[in-house]
Amino acid sequence: MKTSIIQFPGLNRESDMIMALENVAGARVETVWHTETSLPDTDLVVIPGGFSYGDYLRCGAIAARSPIMKAIIEHANKGGKVLGVCNGFQILVETGMLRGALMRNANLKFVCKRVVLKVENDSTFFTSKMTKGDQVSCPVAHHDGNYFVDKETLKRLEGDGQIIFRYAAGSNPNGSLNDIAGICNAKGNVIGMMPHPENMIEPLHGKTDCRPLFESIAA
Amino acid sequence: MKAMIKVTLKKGVLDPQGKAIMGSLGSLGFDGYNNIRQGKYFELDIDAASKADAQAKVKDMCEKLLANTVIENYEIEITG
Repeated sequence: MKTSIIQFPGLNRESDMIMALENVAGARVETVWHTETSLPDTDLVVIPGGFSYGDYLRCGAIAARSPIMKAIIEHANKGGKVLGVCNGFQILVETGMLRGALMRNANLKFVCKRVVLKVENDSTFFTSKMTKGDQVSCPVAHHDGNYFVDKETLKRLEGDGQIIFRYAAGSNPNGSLNDIAGICNAKGNVIGMMPHPENMIEPLHGKTDCRPLFESIAA
Repeated sequence: MKAMIKVTLKKGVLDPQGKAIMGSLGSLGFDGYNNIRQGKYFELDIDAASKADAQAKVKDMCEKLLANTVIENYEIEITG
């Protein structure tokens, strides 16, 4: 799997993500700076987490208007895979590639803890090695992960299986609508999620629950 | 010309920050207020041939960056 990881000023989770992609997904990873206007030959684009542009204006808003994003949108329009985690998810919703918005956590606190995720759609490139209903531990670390979307779009997302991950009952850390933790676009080739599966793959992380997600990429 | 832009949350979108501010005002002893909504304000100098031209330019800026129209409304005022 040829993979490009996008680097914006202020992102800080790229090393963990590269390790997960290389060690578990067996991907060949190239780092792409945000000022580039084209991607190398790539199957999968990954936007990792962090605080691009210091979260100025809105989380992900400024990164979403960077030169490289045009190439990423084109890649996705041609059916190429895109994964955004945490700030990467915020960037994808700011481009409009994924529906909705990620607002300030309902309790106004930065949450940094382990939550339980429930897999809702097991037919995507990031969940094919899992089974619908599976529950996995996964860390979250964010201040703005409170997913919001208008009622009509929510109904469509729910009906079309575009909700991929939900926080398990009692585990919603941010007030997200319908406990939504991760979604995909209509074609299923663009995925965004707030939790950090790249930090739940080694025994040193405490658990290895999220390895199947990265194994799905290799499948 | 000068443009002043107000960005506010749409009706129906929860505003936990506004709620926290409301609680804080209460703890300072204020009363008789309700429904605080937090928003953003931008000012910018703009070169334009006419007010209408400036308005159109700033509207484009709002749609493309200054506001997230999924959750926010914006109001533009041009002076000078």
